[in-house]
Amino acid sequence: MKELKKKRLKQLALWTMAWLLTVMLTKYGATHMWEGNTLISLVAILLNLGAGLGMILINRKLVNESDELEKKIQLEAMGITLGLTLIVGLTISLLDYTHLIDFHTEISTLITFMGLTYLASMIFNNVKYR
Amino acid sequence: MKNRLKVLRAERNLTQEELADIIGVSRQTINAIEKEKFDPSLPTAFKMAKLFQLNIEEIFHPED
Repeated sequence: MKELKKKRLKQLALWTMAWLLTVMLTKYGATHMWEGNTLISLVAILLNLGAGLGMILINRKLVNESDELEKKIQLEAMGITLGLTLIVGLTISLLDYTHLIDFHTEISTLITFMGLTYLASMIFNNVKYR
Repeated sequence: MKNRLKVLRAERNLTQEELADIIGVSRQTINAIEKEKFDPSLPTAFKMAKLFQLNIEEIFHPED
């Protein structure tokens, strides 16, 4: 069980790295390497999509192979992340819409917020059930 | 839910790690059950009952 979990975590790390690299490649490449070539950009985006799907499938396997407490911890962390992202995202959007704030949020802000919320929830829940 | 898991495990000189391996869960899960922070699923409770040769209600009982 422990060996399988280690294997899955390694696979997840590799797929996540591949996904991040293809994000970087697509963004950097489109402006500095193959400027204006739509076909190469499309191929890079498809590669990124493929790596993203691989990452999701491995993560799904990892969760399905986890035991009942690990699943509960994951579920709570994902629930908190989803809920907070929705609520905070809409609050910021409303603040922007009503001109109460004068900065525009990017998708990267949302992704960073989701990542940090998920990480904090996982740490909190692991400490809670330790 | 209250349980006697820690006592039963100690009687059989099993570590949390060993019990976790036999039952097929993580050590963290065994620890959380013993500390009564987490209630096990029915299949896990049955595995424990079979291992200790007891009925489920002799290991787990609801809080009064």
